[in-house]
Amino acid sequence: MAVKNPSGPAAAAELSPRQKKRRSTLRLMKQNYQLYLFLIPAAVFVVLFMYTPLYGLQIAFKNYRSGDGIWGSPWVGLQWFERFFQSPRCWEIIGNTLTISLYSLIAGFPFPIILAIILNYVKNIHFKKFAQTVTYMPYFISTVVLVGMMSLFFSPSSGFINTIIKAFGGEAIYFMGIPSLFKHLYVWSGIWQSMGYSSIIYIAALSGVSPELHESAVIDGANILQRIWHIDVPTIMPTMVILLIMSCGNIMNIGYEKVYLMQNDLTINVSEIISTYVYRVGLINTQYSFSTAIGLMNNVINFIILVLANKFSNKIFGSGLW
Amino acid sequence: MAKNPNAIKEPVFDRVFYTVTFILLLLLLVVILYPLWFVLMASFSDAQYVNNGTILLYPRGFTLLGYERTFANMDIWTGYGNTILYTVGGTVIGTFSTVLAGYALSRDDLPGHGFIMKAFVFTMYFQGGMIPFYIVITNLHLQNTRFLMIIISCISVYNIILVRSYFASSMPKELFEAASIDGCTNARFMFQIVFPLSKAIVAVIALYVAVSYWNSYFYPMIFINDKDKLPLQNFLRELLLVANQNTADTGTDPMAAQQLAKMSSVLKYSAIVVSTVPIICVYPFIQKYFVQGVMIGSIKG
Repeated sequence: MAVKNPSGPAAAAELSPRQKKRRSTLRLMKQNYQLYLFLIPAAVFVVLFMYTPLYGLQIAFKNYRSGDGIWGSPWVGLQWFERFFQSPRCWEIIGNTLTISLYSLIAGFPFPIILAIILNYVKNIHFKKFAQTVTYMPYFISTVVLVGMMSLFFSPSSGFINTIIKAFGGEAIYFMGIPSLFKHLYVWSGIWQSMGYSSIIYIAALSGVSPELHESAVIDGANILQRIWHIDVPTIMPTMVILLIMSCGNIMNIGYEKVYLMQNDLTINVSEIISTYVYRVGLINTQYSFSTAIGLMNNVINFIILVLANKFSNKIFGSGLW
Repeated sequence: MAKNPNAIKEPVFDRVFYTVTFILLLLLLVVILYPLWFVLMASFSDAQYVNNGTILLYPRGFTLLGYERTFANMDIWTGYGNTILYTVGGTVIGTFSTVLAGYALSRDDLPGHGFIMKAFVFTMYFQGGMIPFYIVITNLHLQNTRFLMIIISCISVYNIILVRSYFASSMPKELFEAASIDGCTNARFMFQIVFPLSKAIVAVIALYVAVSYWNSYFYPMIFINDKDKLPLQNFLRELLLVANQNTADTGTDPMAAQQLAKMSSVLKYSAIVVSTVPIICVYPFIQKYFVQGVMIGSIKG
């Protein structure tokens, strides 16, 4: 489109290398213009739904009134950030976020790996297939149904868990209403749901190990534990590192969908996390600026943690996300 | 043991290992399957036994009453209809746009592909957050529309990266070069060669998008006001979680409330079955695509 001047070899000969490069870029752009058309739907989506909200981030430093619009609202500096850090619930909420997040990271990390290693040594192929199918299954249960199932199972009157407790002579417990149990229920139901699915990636990595390696280890008299430690663990190490960094980048980003569903008035003090608080303050109490400020702070901390984790991994393991 | 001195004997330790891991695996399978089995049998049982918790292994007082009530509940059907519309619409639009974009970005003879990729990836790590997003949607007058529910999460940058690394590693560059010498344009190449050759990646992306639509309740909750536009998950949330807290304090007509409360747990179990069985049934057929998706994702792109 943009190239109108002659572009034959004779014309190109008079041009400096820089101009030549530019010309070939233009030629490539013209030649591949259809590829830009391919990008349009995705680009429109990303610009509209991802980049336009970034413009709205400025209301974190303003007193947003919908009548004035984003641009017209008056600047208030760091007022909202101060208000958040001075509020009595601030540290409780940050604490809850970190506790739930680190707990699920630490408790949830080893299970898929152990499952993958155990499955890798199952000799009966049919049993292995069956076990895999069953362990992936909970992943297909929606969050709403999962939390609904939990509230039914843990119900003090009709849930089977309390039936079992009562059968052993214990007292019925209202699990969902006890604050100290909230994080355990959140984390272990998450492990129940996603353990099988998360193990896929390790199973894939383990299937890449050459069988000869194992055969020669057996000849040398290695037992299974030694084979796991010296062959399997080093194989899946890079995958583990990448996944660990990625989850570090999400430490402050716990899925609010499940936490929000699990919350009730009895456990709100231990279950309110930053993202559910952002929702409550912003959309229920309509304090847009305050809520945006908290969200922005969360986002920035997250970003910094991710960058640091990546740097650390590049230094120690020689590989990272970028 | 000493019959053949040359045979490598399996260390005693290994036999212990196999036994222990077999038992652990069996336990795990029970822990995963039992809750699912419990939902199924509770949904077929008489309300009385479900409420006092006397069913443990098999249904008692077999009845289809729970299902009759669930199927008579129009909300479930409205929800199903909307969920299917949003899921199919979002999946078709999303998969198509994602594969197109992913392919374009996999071509390194496209000037600016690096920059565009970086601009896309940036949004994975830094977002505007809930309120700015909400304001954008309101300013576009998209709230409370079915159109928004169809497009709201149809494209994810993660999926674009997945497609890009799939094409970068599996679509030889020479293929397009050869075709273009014969006068084939990019568009024609895309629709006649790339799409037919990449059924696997299309299936993987479609699956990812479909699952995220099927499960989503949060965006409908904040953007939809009309009840007849809500998807299934929101009705389920109402039925399973919100109604739970309400029945306790609405004590207008004790007899009716009691009647309802008595049935309510069975209704919940049958609603779970009705909403989850379709997914669990197709799941064995699509399982391999999930595995493939994870494999493609593990190629570092």
